[in-house]
Amino acid sequence: MPEHQAAVSEGTSARQVAEFLYRHSERIAQRWADEPLFRSVFTVSRDEAVEAARAVAEALARVAESERVHDTDATGFVVVREQLARMAAARSRAGASMAQVSGEVEALRPPVASLLVEECADLPADEVREYATALTVLMGTLRLVVLDTALSEGQALIERQQLQLLEVATPVIRLWDGVVAVPLIGTLDSARSQVVMETLLEAIVEQHARFAILDITGVPTVDSLVAQHLMKTVAAARLMGAECVVSGIRPAIAQTIVHLGLDLGTVVTRASLADALAYALHELGVGIVAPASGGAGAR
Amino acid sequence: MPSSTAVEASLPIQSEMDLAWVRQHVRQAAAQLGFGLVAQTKLVTAASELARNTLVHGGGGRMESAAVTRGQAHGLRLVFSDEGPGIADLDRALTDGYTSGGGLGMGLGGARRLVHEFAVDSTPGSGTKVTVVCWVTPPPRPYGGL
Ligand SMILES: Nc1ncnc2c1ncn2[C@@H]1O[C@H](COP(=O)(O)OP(=O)(O)OP(=O)(O)O)[C@@H](O)[C@H]1O
Ligand SMILES: [Mg+2]
Repeated sequence: MPEHQAAVSEGTSARQVAEFLYRHSERIAQRWADEPLFRSVFTVSRDEAVEAARAVAEALARVAESERVHDTDATGFVVVREQLARMAAARSRAGASMAQVSGEVEALRPPVASLLVEECADLPADEVREYATALTVLMGTLRLVVLDTALSEGQALIERQQLQLLEVATPVIRLWDGVVAVPLIGTLDSARSQVVMETLLEAIVEQHARFAILDITGVPTVDSLVAQHLMKTVAAARLMGAECVVSGIRPAIAQTIVHLGLDLGTVVTRASLADALAYALHELGVGIVAPASGGAGAR
Repeated sequence: MPSSTAVEASLPIQSEMDLAWVRQHVRQAAAQLGFGLVAQTKLVTAASELARNTLVHGGGGRMESAAVTRGQAHGLRLVFSDEGPGIADLDRALTDGYTSGGGLGMGLGGARRLVHEFAVDSTPGSGTKVTVVCWVTPPPRPYGGL
């Protein structure tokens, strides 16, 4: 507790601020609509800016009414959280930094504070000070809520991109009738290899593939877990009636696999993707003949 | 110029993402110290195994890396530590094919074969510390094994 005797209790100030916000939500919204945060997001129509600002003012009133001016999780914020997230996202797309957005939210405080002081001109100074403090705390909490939604929006974006990357990074390529290939690139962690296995098995069924080539030229590290994933994929493909060929094992990786003690004995391996394709074509009984002079390659 | 700041590090091992950082760091540190491609690959693979054990069996921990010298030789030392359950029977844990989970059981023994020096310090109930060293030039004394 502060040493000085508060003129009014915290709860009372919060409720007074709530009442003030409710009563003047329209005037506050009009003032806020001209502040950079709203003006720069709702560029097309000022009415939209006013409407959005009113929603925020009313949400703040509800938060104050529940006497939770400190609480970023106050239920009063729920209705505007999505709107605030969209606004923050719009600002960051427009190139505003987190610090800038934070400053723009802070800039919403003075117009309301001056209105509060005007309204309370007749009240004792120490009482007004308590209300102003409650309002300042409330506006600080709003700023935290905006930053918080902006951050979690960023996190959600990263997660979406990771998922997209998982899909993008595992194309199954049809090399020939009955021969598909997956060029693996990057870290083959458990999530990746699950996706690889699923897309490969689907492609095997769809294309009636008899051979599936897993090219690991782009996989930087083959440790026991990666090897285990490869062997599981090979076994699953075999159950679908396709033979797997692992290609692109670089010399340094081959030596490492041997020292590590991994036994890839049951897996057909070839140095390069071209060798693997040649093996598959040979097994399928497809003959390749050198082009006759001036002619195209024969099939 | 090799700067020790790029070699020296203390990295957290708390997620799959962290394993990628560990591998990345070890590869870069090894290159910095002049390890050849094969030696780099071996080191990164050993680090990957040990870091995953720290994560999966030890419940998370850290890796410290530092440059070391002995006489003319210089190399890279990696220390993986956790405060997990520890390894009660080290000989068994080092046996190829032994796993207490669903692994291949090749990680610990395999990592030992990939490095020049390998030491496990583990107290059941209070954690595990695995220290490995690789020398850029062959170490001053024969180390057997490889
Ligand atoms: N840091 C550790 N803390 C506790 N137990 C460990 C630790 N590291 C290894 N172990 C024990 O040693 C066993 C063998 O480890 P190893 O790495 O050889 O195999 P794995 O991790 O089970 O499988 P993988 O071949 O996929 O690595 C583990 O199953 C585990 O019981
Ligand atoms: Mg292991």
